[in-house]
Amino acid sequence: MRRLKDLIEHRLSRRSVLTGTAAAAMLVTAGAIAPVHADDVNTTGLAVTEDTVKVGILHSVTGTMAISETGSVQAEKLAIEQINAMGGVLGRKIEYIQEDGGSDWPTFAEKAKKLLVSDKVAAVFGCWTSASRKAVLPVFEQYNGMLYYPTFYEGLEQSPNVIYTGQEATQQILAGIDWVAKEKGAKSFYLLGSDYIWPRTSNKIARKHIEKLGMKVVGEEYYPLGHTQFNSVINKIKLKKPDVIYAIVVGGSNVAFYKQLKAAGIDMTKEKPVLLTISVTEDEIRGIGGENIEGAYAAMKYFQSLDNENNKEFVSAFKEMWGDEIVIGDVTQAAYLGPWLWKAAVEKAGSFDIDKVRLASPGIELTTAPEGYVRVHENHHLWSKTRIGLAKPDGQYELVYETADLMEPDPFPEGYQ
Amino acid sequence: MINLKSFMARQDILALIILAALLFVVMPMSMDIFRLNLIGKYLTYAFVAIGLVLCWGKGGILSLGQGVFFGLGGYCMAMYLKLESSTPEATAIQSTPGIPDFMDWNQITELPWFWEPFNSLTFTLVAILVVPALFAFIIGAAMFKRRVGGVYFAIITQAIAAILTILIIGQQGYTGGVNGITDLRTLKGWDIRSDDAKYFLYFLNGALLLGVLVLCQFVLKSKLGRLLVALRDKEDRVRFSGYDVANFKIFVFCFAAVLSAIGGAMFTLQVGFMSPSFVGIVPSIEMVIFCAVGGRLSIFGAVYGTLLVNWAKTTFSETFPELWLFGLGALFIAVVLVFPNGLSGLYRSYLAPHVDRWIFRKPPEGGSTGTGAIDTPAFEPDPAARPAE
Repeated sequence: MRRLKDLIEHRLSRRSVLTGTAAAAMLVTAGAIAPVHADDVNTTGLAVTEDTVKVGILHSVTGTMAISETGSVQAEKLAIEQINAMGGVLGRKIEYIQEDGGSDWPTFAEKAKKLLVSDKVAAVFGCWTSASRKAVLPVFEQYNGMLYYPTFYEGLEQSPNVIYTGQEATQQILAGIDWVAKEKGAKSFYLLGSDYIWPRTSNKIARKHIEKLGMKVVGEEYYPLGHTQFNSVINKIKLKKPDVIYAIVVGGSNVAFYKQLKAAGIDMTKEKPVLLTISVTEDEIRGIGGENIEGAYAAMKYFQSLDNENNKEFVSAFKEMWGDEIVIGDVTQAAYLGPWLWKAAVEKAGSFDIDKVRLASPGIELTTAPEGYVRVHENHHLWSKTRIGLAKPDGQYELVYETADLMEPDPFPEGYQ
Repeated sequence: MINLKSFMARQDILALIILAALLFVVMPMSMDIFRLNLIGKYLTYAFVAIGLVLCWGKGGILSLGQGVFFGLGGYCMAMYLKLESSTPEATAIQSTPGIPDFMDWNQITELPWFWEPFNSLTFTLVAILVVPALFAFIIGAAMFKRRVGGVYFAIITQAIAAILTILIIGQQGYTGGVNGITDLRTLKGWDIRSDDAKYFLYFLNGALLLGVLVLCQFVLKSKLGRLLVALRDKEDRVRFSGYDVANFKIFVFCFAAVLSAIGGAMFTLQVGFMSPSFVGIVPSIEMVIFCAVGGRLSIFGAVYGTLLVNWAKTTFSETFPELWLFGLGALFIAVVLVFPNGLSGLYRSYLAPHVDRWIFRKPPEGGSTGTGAIDTPAFEPDPAARPAE
């Protein structure tokens, strides 16, 4: 009985939370009355008790990817803590089991399986690289788990067992190219990127869109992950004089690329060429150095500097939990959405059952996401705005443009494949 | 019928029976299918470690590129399975249905010629054995005929591992790139992801492993095995005795490569994908560590070493997700400092004398049987004690 009373109180207290007192305030539109007994909300044997529910966090905290994925782990832990402070999900506190993918794809598959089969977690928040997602995908589909995947990625995928909280390629690319064509009068583009599936697919979409708008691509090149010698491509860029350098270099290569670009005398603070990237978040700038990338533009859905109430609360809560030195990039914010979207779906479904959560997911909206309003599409991706940021020497982006409407996620874009 | 006793001493047969009991009775009874599948995965690395015992422990050829052969075997298997799961119906959403999904993402519109034969299971099974053997033969012939050995050979094998990784990642339209070949489902319509299939594959894997152990024991006890040890310890003397040293080295290198490839193919079947992260330098060195922890002179030790290291890796990382690498590092340092001959060295110095006394009623050391325990110290001086070549 006590439990029921707690629940009712929790439901009543939500009103006051909505008014925006706590940093944890996160509006959720779900509305079903929460059933009480664990058996009612969990008919498939997940790790749900009368007052707890287990979830998994699966990222690399060791190895080369650790530097990128740490932010996501922190964001997910913050969200879980805030949800627990509000009374949990269906009256149950979230307990997380963290596993290390070790920057190694088969390890990701192994740990995903452990979380689903041995720990019976109700949801997993995790993965970062496409390779790790591809490795765990068959595991989630076979054992019917639910993965909340935070990274912007190449699209071409739509699994019933994944909610993609980052942007897929067209959302990031189309708005960015439209903007640079209109605002900067761009006519020619030089595409370059790291050599794997995300940059290649993204550039394929970019090229189609550029040509569709009657502009032209004057060069397209790829370099292996970890590559550090960009002098030859920089020379070609100087020769071809493109209006826009469209860069999708990832990871450590970024440091070399931007330093060499600057050393070669390509000044991005000047009118031309414009450098537009979809791969450099505030996290990467920390490695590159703000002074080396000053003047570049990034097209993504979130910047730490976004000026809205949700984001201010999010940033201050994040810093309170993880320290003042921390920076928050696009993926970190997307990772933060995962637990909230899951909570909303569970409460809408009135159940932790994976199949019911899946059915409940499309249409879930968050009005208090740090990036603003987001909504889950039928195809399990998020409707979100795309924004253009201008890199400042202090390592932050200044918002210069945002789409008026939400961009529709389109993982299998017609005419761009 | 080959007489088992002609090349396996009682101690070896006992070791084989204990391992068989452990793999086929103790583990399946004490673990659920998830853990058992993990053990199955570890055991595929044991094939590589056993190959390294022959090649490195016995033959003195340190290869830091065994991942290449593991990968070749694994990729051959993965290519077959991928083609089977890429039916036009299953891939109807692609711009070119009927080819593997990653090719479609890379604007490839027809199946490359070297993928075609992998539609046949027979070809695939033959390729798993022949492709690595051929590749090892080319490397071996090029190196050993020119008398390249020791550290230089190790460096070259590393370079080959690095080259192959870069090649696979760079040619992502044909190989799947960094992601590897993923989402493998069925073998001739038989769902390899089901629990029944996992049990079957585990036992198949275990049986293959025991078969390989017997085969290796046969090789080691043959004249060839003795020659290997001889050319490890005094290559010149073997050469001056009239043997063509290079041919023996090439053989054992190819043999180890084929074993690795069998492990790779079994890995793909049990884990359900293959990626370049098993081909490169790091996994190749890890495989050498499995072998070193087990004791590089003992084929049984290699199996236990592989199991121990991988079990530790899984357990540490589950318990301490942010600190586990330190624990694993400490284990390796301990192995090198405290028991350089690995698990089998420990067994030999502390347990074997008792086992010999109690079970075989035999004086512990210097027994009269010429072909005593797997690694009779009197026969094989500890290679670690030798000065570097």
